[in-house]
Parts: sequence; structure tokens; C-alpha cells
Amino acid sequence: MAAVTTEGPLDVAAVQADFPILGRTVHGKRLVYLDSAASSQKPRAVLDAMDRYYETTNANVHRGVYEIAEQATAEMEGARAKVADFIGAPSPTEVVFTKNFTEAFNLLARSWGGANLGPGDAVVLSHMEHHSNIVPWQILAAEKGFELRWLPVDAEGQLELGDLDRLLDGAKLLAVTAMSNVLGTLTPVRHLADAAHAAGALLAVDACQYVPHVPTDVGELGADFLAFSGHKMCGPTGIGALWGRAELLEAMPPFLGGGEMIRDVRLDGFTPNELPWKFEAGTPPIAETIGLGAAVDYLEALGMDAVREHEVSLTAYALRTLHERFGDRLTVHGPAEPAARGGVLSMALADLHPHDVAQVLDQEAVCVRAGHHCAKPLMRVLGVGATARASLYVYNDERDVDALADALDSALAFFAL
Amino acid sequence: MLQDKGEPVPGLEDLYREIILDHYRNPRNRGELESPPAHRVEGFNPLCGDEIVVYLRLDDDGRVDDIKIGGQGCSISQSSASMMSAAVKGKTLDEVQDLTRAFKAMMSIHEQEIGGEGDEADGDDGEAEAAASGDVRLGDLEALRGVVKFPVRIKCATLSWNTLAQGIEEATA
Repeated sequence: MAAVTTEGPLDVAAVQADFPILGRTVHGKRLVYLDSAASSQKPRAVLDAMDRYYETTNANVHRGVYEIAEQATAEMEGARAKVADFIGAPSPTEVVFTKNFTEAFNLLARSWGGANLGPGDAVVLSHMEHHSNIVPWQILAAEKGFELRWLPVDAEGQLELGDLDRLLDGAKLLAVTAMSNVLGTLTPVRHLADAAHAAGALLAVDACQYVPHVPTDVGELGADFLAFSGHKMCGPTGIGALWGRAELLEAMPPFLGGGEMIRDVRLDGFTPNELPWKFEAGTPPIAETIGLGAAVDYLEALGMDAVREHEVSLTAYALRTLHERFGDRLTVHGPAEPAARGGVLSMALADLHPHDVAQVLDQEAVCVRAGHHCAKPLMRVLGVGATARASLYVYNDERDVDALADALDSALAFFAL
Repeated sequence: MLQDKGEPVPGLEDLYREIILDHYRNPRNRGELESPPAHRVEGFNPLCGDEIVVYLRLDDDGRVDDIKIGGQGCSISQSSASMMSAAVKGKTLDEVQDLTRAFKAMMSIHEQEIGGEGDEADGDDGEAEAAASGDVRLGDLEALRGVVKFPVRIKCATLSWNTLAQGIEEATA
């Protein structure tokens, strides 16, 4: 369990002690991990939960009548209940486990989209979506002949909502991110939900960068579907979730066919299983699911309000520090106000290419992501090919931000700019 | 617990040799050519978003009459493109092919050593034998040899060469 509790602000030193990897060095230097938007590190509690499963209860789920199979099933379904509770879902049966967000939205496109979209229909996306909330719809649109419409992004990195009602007119779905993985922008999800519903459309939310960092309640957000990946929220890779309102999931056809997702199979057809297993064909990643449950426990123990407060205050420190030390030589894309954004800092440093920046940072054991962040349409809006992105999480502190700034100084010095 | 690999850390100086930085800061043959008659071809590195545009004009004798480079990218991809343009300008297509083979051999031999997947986007020029073509002088391009110690950056160095190869293939088709 976490060394800290929900009382008061985050005890970052105690949190850091929970993450074994933070004890290692790289190139002889302390590891400064600033790439949690790509994948977070994992606390000991998550690693232990997965080991414990393999060491004590490893068996296939939903099949065996023997004791350890029952225990494995109970642990996996227990994780589903934890995830449901964590996002305010009314019932665990509304939580479908997937490999990650990408699989969740491909499931949504294939199953809901396949059954509901055709010529004359429209799906509204935004310019700041991750490719995994673009390409599944493009693939389906090419098959089904529906229209894709786009909410633009302004210079501040906010969605431009002036044309929202016109874009939603006749649309069946609005699919947007709750927090941009490039800009950190928090989008007005509730407002978008109300607008979508008023137009007779559904709202699907990419919550990959949101659920790990912000207290989440699917009811308050007004979402109809919401998906996220486990590995960005202290959980393992290979596990994520799609939440959907029960009546929507009930009406959707299965996604992948095989074991687990059926109630009966005859030579002339099959009857699908009930929710959520209708969408979970094949043996699931049991250890990973249990690991995700442990990650939820871990974050609950920290307290998501404390997590969010820590990130707002550290983001404020980072924005201030970078501005003080680099002035006009460094641009952080996205909203300037820390409370309006997550701890995702996409930077442009002088005329240096992000790859070159990240290469120098690596020499200082500072891990940042350089590239287009799977958001090429947004890169075109920003007028850049790539950015160097530092992203903050529960185990980061001001020392990490200072190390980032020092390493950025090294980059300027190395390239003599 | 796993710590450092215990190997000497390849320094930034191994990657960013002075001549590379010189080509980055002062890129040769930067610009555009009227197309047609020049052939215009774009190359992308999907990993990092780097984009390169090669304008290639061949004369009747199958010689690279002129070449210009556009696009944006990191110091490695930009300097590699700059060096490439300087190296192939005025050369016959046979000479260009030899240079390409030698350059990619310098990269791919090392890619195999480090277990990388290689980079054979331009396919048909059988580069296994090319490794033996030691008589090709790479000149400035030798400075990019250090890139192989930074596996992720190999695709940056080969982007312009792959794009050139595609352009030649299209222009001579």
C-alpha cells in the first residue's frame, strides 16, 4: 500500500519511495522521469499484486470450479469493481476491459459505429485528438460513407466552440479528449456533453490523460462512453477500459468473437454473453487486470484531489521556472493558466529540434518525449513538426523540474545557441 | 536492481561531430527546383514527424545536374541531407547508387550488430555486397558513423538517402 494517505497534500518523498525504478541511475545520474504522459512508472504495490497472483492464484478465470480459479475470478472481477468505482460508473457491468485506449475506441468504432453509422451521418472530432481517436473513425468512415467533422483549436490551445452547434447538427457522435496529450488542455467536457445531447448525439471521451490525473465521475462529465489506458495511471501495460452506459452497451453487437464472449454456440449461430463479458473474447490479461486494480487502490490511497493539487502546483512551478530561466527562448504550447491544464509541457527551445533537445536531456538522465505525440493534425495547427514534451506525475517534484531546466541549459550550450 | 549497463556512455560528441553541426547550421543546397523539369519527392519519418523534400534534376546523361533540399527535421536528418546533396551533385546515377550502398552499409552493418531491424526502405539495391565496396569514398559522410551508437537516430540519418533513392526510382521509371 501507499506510504501516504488521503489526509492533506501529497507526501512526494514517500510516493517516490514507492516506485522502485526511481532508485536507479542512468549514465551515472539520478533518473529524472518526465514521460508519464506516454507511460507512468509502477509502484511496488502494483508489481506485488501481479506477482502475488502468479505465485498464489494463477488459473484461468470464469471457468474453473476449483478454489484458486474462483480466487482468480474474484480478484479480476474485484478489479473491475474498483475501476468502476474510481470513475463513478453506476455498475461494474458497464466497465469493459480492453488492451488499452486504442483497442477501446476501435471496439467503440467497430461495434457502436458499425451498427449506427452510415451515409448521411456525421461524427465530430477535434483537431487535438490523439491518432487513436481519429484513425478508427477514418477507417470506418471509408467503409460506411459517413462524414467526419472537426472542432478547431485556437492559438491558446483551447477548443473553438463557436461553431459547435452547427458541427453537431445531424451528427450522431462527438468524440473528444478530456485532456490533450500534447497541450495539457482540459476541455469543457460537461459543456460538450450537453451540446451533443441537445443535438441528439452521444459523447465519447478520450480520458487517457484525464483519469490518471483528475478525479473522474462519468455521470458528472455527462459522458456516454469514456475510455483510458491502465499503464498511464500506475498500472501495467496491456490493460485498459471502455466504460459505456449500460443501455448503449446492451444494444451494441459483439466486437471480437471467441471464448468468454458467448452464452451459447450452435452450428447455426451464437448467443452473446451478458455485459461486460460480451466484449471480452478470449482469456483476458488477468495479472494485468489485477495490477490495474492495485493501481486504483494506490491512487485512491493518495487521494485524487491531492494528486490533482500536486500537479497543478508543480505545473505552476514548472511554467514559472522555465519562463524565468529561458524567457522568450522557450515556448510551452497550450494554456498558460496551470489550473486550466494538466502537467503536460510541450516545449519549443530556441531553434533546436526536439530530437536534439531530448538527446542532450538523455545524457543528463532526463527522460522526455520528442516527436509528434501521435497527434499530427494538432502539430500542423501549431505549425511544428514535433515538440519535446515533459509530463509530470505523482512522483515528480521541484527537483525534477530544476533538473529539466539544467538539462535544457546544457542543450543550449551544446548547440551554442 | 538493474543499474547502468556499465559500458562507457556514448558521448554527445560521438553523435554530433563538428562537421555535422556545420552542415546543420549552414545547410548546403537548401531550397527548391522548378518541378517539372526537376523531380520532387517527399520523405517522412513517422516516428518523429521529420519531413524532407528532395528536388532532383537529372541531365540527359543520367547525371545529377542539380539537387535541392527542403523540409524540416533534427540536426542529424538535416545535416545528413545536406551532406548527401553535396556528395551526389554532379555524380552519375551509378556513382550515386554506389554512394548510397556504401552509406547504408555503414549504417546497416552496425544496425545488425546492435540487433536493429535495419532500414531497407529502398529495397532493391542488394546492399550486402555493397558493404564490400570499400573503394567508395564517403568523405564528410563518415562523420555520421557515430549515429549507429544511438539506434533511434539511424532513421534520421537514412531518411534523406531513402528519399533520394525513391526519387531516382520515380524519375527513371
